[in-house]
Amino acid sequence: MTTKTYEKYYVPAQSPWPIVGAIALFCIAFGAGHFVIDISKQQSGFGGYLLLAGFAILVFMLVGWFRNVIDESMSGLYSNQMDRSFRQGMSWFIVSEVMFFMAFFGALFYGRMIAMQWLGGSSNNAMTFELLWPNFEPVWPLVKTPGGIETQAMPWTGLPLINTAILVISSVTLHFAHTGLEQQKRGQLKLMLLLTLLLGATFLGLQVYEYIHAYRDLGLRLDSGFYGNTFFLLTGFHGLHVTLGAIILLFVFFRVLKGHFTPEKHFAFQAAAWYWHFVDVVWICLFVIVYIL
Amino acid sequence: MSVVITEPNDHEQHDHEHEHHDHKPAGIKRWLYTTNHKDIGTMYLVFALIMFFIGGAMAMVIRLELFQPGMQFVEPHFFNQMTTVHGLIMVFGAVMPAFTGLANWMIPMMIGAPDMALPRMNNWSFWILPFAFLILLLSLFMPGGGPSFGWTFYAPLSTTYSGDSTALFVFSVHIMGISSIMGAINVIVTIWNMRAPGMTWMKMPLFVWTWFITAFLLIMVMPVLAGVVTMVLTDKYFGTSFFDAAGGGDPVLFQHIFWFFGHPEVYIMILPAFGIVSAIIPTFARKRLFGYASMVYATASIAILSFLVWAHHMFTTGMPVFATLFFMYATMLIAVPTGVKVFNWVATMWRGAMTFEVPMMFALAFIVLFTIGGFSGLMLAITPADFQYHDTYFVVAHFHYVLVTGAIFSIVAAVYYWLPKWTGNMYDETLGQWHFWCSLISVNMLFFPMHFVGLAGMPRRIPDYALQFADFNAFISIGGFLFGLSQLIFVWVLIKCARGGVKATDQVWEGAEGLEWEVPSPAPYHTFETPPVIK
Repeated sequence: MTTKTYEKYYVPAQSPWPIVGAIALFCIAFGAGHFVIDISKQQSGFGGYLLLAGFAILVFMLVGWFRNVIDESMSGLYSNQMDRSFRQGMSWFIVSEVMFFMAFFGALFYGRMIAMQWLGGSSNNAMTFELLWPNFEPVWPLVKTPGGIETQAMPWTGLPLINTAILVISSVTLHFAHTGLEQQKRGQLKLMLLLTLLLGATFLGLQVYEYIHAYRDLGLRLDSGFYGNTFFLLTGFHGLHVTLGAIILLFVFFRVLKGHFTPEKHFAFQAAAWYWHFVDVVWICLFVIVYIL
Repeated sequence: MSVVITEPNDHEQHDHEHEHHDHKPAGIKRWLYTTNHKDIGTMYLVFALIMFFIGGAMAMVIRLELFQPGMQFVEPHFFNQMTTVHGLIMVFGAVMPAFTGLANWMIPMMIGAPDMALPRMNNWSFWILPFAFLILLLSLFMPGGGPSFGWTFYAPLSTTYSGDSTALFVFSVHIMGISSIMGAINVIVTIWNMRAPGMTWMKMPLFVWTWFITAFLLIMVMPVLAGVVTMVLTDKYFGTSFFDAAGGGDPVLFQHIFWFFGHPEVYIMILPAFGIVSAIIPTFARKRLFGYASMVYATASIAILSFLVWAHHMFTTGMPVFATLFFMYATMLIAVPTGVKVFNWVATMWRGAMTFEVPMMFALAFIVLFTIGGFSGLMLAITPADFQYHDTYFVVAHFHYVLVTGAIFSIVAAVYYWLPKWTGNMYDETLGQWHFWCSLISVNMLFFPMHFVGLAGMPRRIPDYALQFADFNAFISIGGFLFGLSQLIFVWVLIKCARGGVKATDQVWEGAEGLEWEVPSPAPYHTFETPPVIK
């Protein structure tokens, strides 16, 4: 027998959202698969429509699911233990995201430090070089592939440097938004959060501009060899993550305007902030490894 | 390990609470909308069983074609689709979901938690899977057929030379990965955050420990799989050249990224099996597990080493000598913690008061047969020897010993072990013994001769073979059909047990210890809504 009292761990009753989410992912995956096949064969099909429908269902699901969670949270159903579950869940999700980027950074490392050198005849690959592509020069950035596709490298000065500054500043402003929340300075919270969102949007706008510049002026395309591949997939997936992070922050901003979050309990804000700092760190790695080095 | 439980509430109130909360929602909505870890566990297990039979049917097609030399029943292209989809289904559709189902059912009960930490996400993780496999199976009916490049989808087979349906394969793997990652996050958070007071780390049952470590492996490598299938997608459809030397890439790069995922993946499919066997052996030997702490450390060592050995799948692909030697020795090192485990299981049985019910039989078979698979793995790790064994039936024999008589046998053992707890009824022991002996004999007829044909040079993934392998292959195929048929006994046992039988006691097995044996059989819909206190 014990007199210790336990905080009850809230286990929600049934929820329709998971199955809706599974249907959404089905539509997205099946639709995207067919859409890609349709594009490659230059035919029209249902793939694109199914993909869009999938995203619509996903948005519907997320809105409904988060509405439930927010309602439960606001009505005080969540214990501290629940809060820890959310925090840990978000942390490990970010770890898995790190590993996703690691796959592409790893590919870049291998392509640059190993594959390119081997194509240039290093190690015991002299004959590969002699017989296959004797004119290949193993220099990074790989502006001319062994197969002969030529392109130009993206310089790190100018736009990318400005973008780096923007994203770093946005992380700082978000941090001040957080201290504003913790010190009950709602004005500072709103202003800094808004500023973070605007900086994020500016970053994305400039990134689109950079892509146009790359395609139009530099001839740097997704299909222009290993340099273009890694450049566009790394910056592209980063851009998608910034977009997702900005959408999350936008919803957090609306919740702040509605007066949600207290200095003690603000998991959603915290998670959004963690995510934003994470994409910022990815960008810094990206800026150093993809652009400068 | 032993736990003493004092119920925090007085008994009457406790029973009343169960009565109050044991109301199960009715109809299909119970399963579609559920947030209950037991319902979700059941769905995972049933799904895994269905996929086991679908993947098994494909294996039957493979064995039918290989019954005789020459081309009999299927086209080579269809044969390739069968080997590919058989592998994908068994890995991602049968073994992994079965372990996740066991985790869902047992982990909250073993650590005294009311449910998984994130119950709604838990249901989402499950329901993604049937849709993912629907996409994969539908792709078989596309013009040009489904994936036919082997479950390892090496570039350029999956890029330059693959069929139209590759995009569907890629996206179905993507959503399988999302499901696995969410499932793994849930397991980690549950174990980290939901243990009952007094359930310290080193009191956790080994099944919980092994799953905890497995979940980390999943979180680390499933995103890498997502990355590599994305590169396959862009290489095939969007003109990138990650795996094309003409564009500055390298097909070998594919193998490096794939096996960086792939090797930890094989431990994802065996670590929970270690946990299961570590639960069953002490119960039926009526002794505490020998060397609990060393089991935990051995599991963690295996997990860490699993990230450092991936290129032992690529000895014949070509690597600098230093890299080859590193991966060879690192791989051999894995035998040390694995040996610790096998030693501990044997030592647990030493002078134990053993009985041989079906779960124990499967666990014993696991120890012997998994060890055979481990030893053939050690042979494959020797680089110069691997030059001979690579891509032969010796490799097929090796990984089927660790996956079928390893992972699958442990899952079957676990199902027999916990089935009375799930259903409240004892399974039919006689039928179970029949299932065991039929499986044991047929599985060795099926896989043991593969060692010999492999050593003699029969290549894997080829629908035809030289005449000298004919007798062995006919024998192997007969073993295969018998093994397939034997599993029908399993279904019979399961259905019979679900419908009724001798009522099980709470403890079920005389020597069983742990929180899951303290709750009634069948386990109530909600357990441990108030955490127990473990002393």
